[in-house]
Amino acid sequence: MNAPVDSKSLRAAEQFQLSAHQDDIAKGDVLLKVENVSLSFGGVKAISDISFDVRKGEIRAIIGPNGAGKTSMLNVINGFYHPQIGTITYRGQPRHAMRSTEAARQGISRTFQNIALFKGMSTLDNIMTGRITLQKRNVFWQALWHGPAMREDIEHRRAVEHIIDFLEIQAIRHTPVGRLPYGLQKRVELGRALAAEPALLLLDEPMAGMNLEEKEDMSRFILDVNDQFGTTIALIEHDMGVVMDISDRVVVLDYGRKIGDGTPDEVSKNQDVIDAYLGVPHDE
Amino acid sequence: MAQTDASLDTFPKYLLANAKRFGGRAAMRNKDLGIWQKWTWAELLEEIRDYSLGLEALGVKKDDKIAIVGQNRPRLYWTFCAAQAIGAVPVPVYADSVAEEMSYVLDHAGVVLAICQDQEQVDKVQSMADKLPSLKKIVYDEPRGLRDYDHENLHSIDEIQQRGKDIHAAEGDARWLKTIGQGKGDDLSVILYTSGTTGRPKGVMLTFDNLVSAAKSGCEFDHLDEHEETIAYLPLAWVGDHTFSYAQSYVAGFCVSCPESPETISEDRREIAPTYFFAPPRVFETLLTQIMVRMEDAGRTKKAMFGHFLAHARKVGERILNGEPVGAWDRLKYRIGDILVYGPLKNRLGMTKLRVGYTAGEAIGPEIFRFYRSLGLNLKQLYGQTEASVYVTAQPDGEIRADTVGRPSPGVEIKIADSGEVLYRSPGVFLGYYKDEEATRSTKTPDGWVHTGDAGFLDKEGHLKIIDRAKDVGKLNSGALFAPKYIENALKFFPNIKECVAFGDGRDYVAAFLNIDLTSVGNWAERNNISYASYQELANHPQVYEMMASHVDEVNRQLASEEMMAGAQVHRFLVLHKELDPDDGELTRTQKVRRSFIAERYAELIEALYDGSTEKFVSTEVTFEDGRKGKISATVKIADAKVHEVTAAGFKEAAE
Repeated sequence: MNAPVDSKSLRAAEQFQLSAHQDDIAKGDVLLKVENVSLSFGGVKAISDISFDVRKGEIRAIIGPNGAGKTSMLNVINGFYHPQIGTITYRGQPRHAMRSTEAARQGISRTFQNIALFKGMSTLDNIMTGRITLQKRNVFWQALWHGPAMREDIEHRRAVEHIIDFLEIQAIRHTPVGRLPYGLQKRVELGRALAAEPALLLLDEPMAGMNLEEKEDMSRFILDVNDQFGTTIALIEHDMGVVMDISDRVVVLDYGRKIGDGTPDEVSKNQDVIDAYLGVPHDE
Repeated sequence: MAQTDASLDTFPKYLLANAKRFGGRAAMRNKDLGIWQKWTWAELLEEIRDYSLGLEALGVKKDDKIAIVGQNRPRLYWTFCAAQAIGAVPVPVYADSVAEEMSYVLDHAGVVLAICQDQEQVDKVQSMADKLPSLKKIVYDEPRGLRDYDHENLHSIDEIQQRGKDIHAAEGDARWLKTIGQGKGDDLSVILYTSGTTGRPKGVMLTFDNLVSAAKSGCEFDHLDEHEETIAYLPLAWVGDHTFSYAQSYVAGFCVSCPESPETISEDRREIAPTYFFAPPRVFETLLTQIMVRMEDAGRTKKAMFGHFLAHARKVGERILNGEPVGAWDRLKYRIGDILVYGPLKNRLGMTKLRVGYTAGEAIGPEIFRFYRSLGLNLKQLYGQTEASVYVTAQPDGEIRADTVGRPSPGVEIKIADSGEVLYRSPGVFLGYYKDEEATRSTKTPDGWVHTGDAGFLDKEGHLKIIDRAKDVGKLNSGALFAPKYIENALKFFPNIKECVAFGDGRDYVAAFLNIDLTSVGNWAERNNISYASYQELANHPQVYEMMASHVDEVNRQLASEEMMAGAQVHRFLVLHKELDPDDGELTRTQKVRRSFIAERYAELIEALYDGSTEKFVSTEVTFEDGRKGKISATVKIADAKVHEVTAAGFKEAAE
């Protein structure tokens, strides 16, 4: 049994707030800008000449039919793929290519289309791994464990507990994630991405394979993350209802090209988009 | 302590007293961010005082009704006392009830303020706000997601407490203490809406005297004091939780723990290890099933050990618990079993420190009940009602039986009406139904007796036995009591009988329809080389009729041993040619028998049961799963059953 902590420290704990990576970009200004980016694998052009931006504090959706280059676009943003042409400006710093570890350190974190968790580890441990870029003590201190590393660890654990509370996954805190149903694994993965306290959160199909109730839960969590932590979110999603409901702006890709960009309303009225993707006019 | 107790007649007064006498003891715990946080009684007083002053500043006045919508959160429990301290009346409602039912309750109670757990409940209440003319403000506990809401009539408990704290700093608490001092025992304490299986929910008004006296006698009955630990996980609006987690906690001064979330209860219970625990039978059933499923996966040694010691526990466990004489070797073996099996098992269940456990609400399976008792857990049954502040009867230690609900609780008188209905009178009896004089009159007699709506009888040792809902109980032409569900349950106890419908009201004798259980009887048929092609064929098999006759005979023997029921033995029965099915309207979707519908549909068969014929040809329309209709026809045999003489009391013990 955990030793009861006196109620004073509980109140101190309540002051603690998770927040997005701090920087001096004002809400609504451009956080990330993609300019004329092209990416090809041998002869296959995955992305050609795409430009769009993500403003701080918004929920930006990237949609498009299968093979449109959405996941490639996310991989370019978080530095997993390096585009042959074009520049990416993040927080005003233009870059051509960077390693994904650097992207993570600069406050970009993501989830994956096919869940990439450590199946044998508990929910708690999985989310703890998300704190790794925030750990200040080096391997020596961590191996020593006691003292400063322990104090730091307690801080990280507290942050992780806030995330567990936020995502309402207390009941599976100590359950190995491999034993969890798919919808919950998705939630744990979101938890791990949040643990890095990202400025920009990239979500690759967060609702794929979920039932209606799980989708509603996930939408609520995404909106709450955006609202409470001020995290900017870029997401790929297939469920049009969800995209139209939760995103502020939508960029539409088709065959690696950008065919539409704007508010959900504008996009759903765009004839190119209708032709390429939606098939029928969206009545919203 | 005895003198001070007498002057304590309201919960706010108990709070003040507890802050003095148990100031440093834990009053409440809550698991937050994975760590158990606690409040002592002294801290609880501060929290509730600030909250209460804040509510007053918000405009809550004496006799205002305050709705509490949510689960077992500490601050929702504080709301009870904070409201009562300023003379307001809390009205907890079932958080998961549908919007229509909730809006009826909130409107009927005329609540001015609704305290909601979180965004979900706030949304729900706001959606019905235009139908609630009296509702002025909504208050929430958990702020998540509510930041962008219009806060003109929406407040957080934090904000209210802060306001109260400021008031306290400025004016002190003399006026607040004086208001508490003016509270009287016969003031209205709480209104609990009964979920009501029939018609609209009714608001049961309980006074402080009702709840305090019921809580006190309950504590004395089971020797509960400030050292108990409990976990609160049942709905706040239910009288059981209100008594166990609020009234008794204040009266005895023990600590109540709130789980981290509804899904973590079993984990949390293991960490808290409650000494006093209440659960409806289904909780005990689920726990037992979980254990058995896990044991299926265990290794061979563990399985053998588990089986061996559990068999031993069945043999002597209950006798040891009841303090009956048991041989030294058996005792020693039980002790070893405790170390190897029972102890770890109890730890898994979170019942290592359990002193008193109760189950109520519906009948618990005798096997399940015995399983827990044989492990040395003092599990008991009680019979209670919202209208009685819970306690009507309870089983005293050492007099536990699976088939009765115990003796009348201290201070409770019981009488049985001619119709078989159980009536009681006690200091816990409610004031009346809120704004429903008519219902009050039909339930509570002018001299204080309350109709339970249940039929039952007191057996020779003075234990109450509930047999059925009073409205379902009828009379045979001989004048003997006919309780269909009692007979049906006795028959359904046999695994071979899946469903059963008994007839007898206004008839000369009792007769019954049976449905065999295809899995169980099919299994038996396979083992005995009986071939069959369909349910219908198996049901009509002579050997199946023999088997059913032996079951009916067993039940008749059991009925004969009980004076009240002896006249209602089953004289004739038949095995139906089809299974009763909700698709055909014969059962409800929750698998309850629709008696009147069946009586109409099978009228010819019922007549055959009473006109002495030995078989009857019937043709019945059925609906298949894909919606098509068809007909099943068969010649159903009707069998006579042996009827037993009323046996002497001595038979009773052997009857089980």
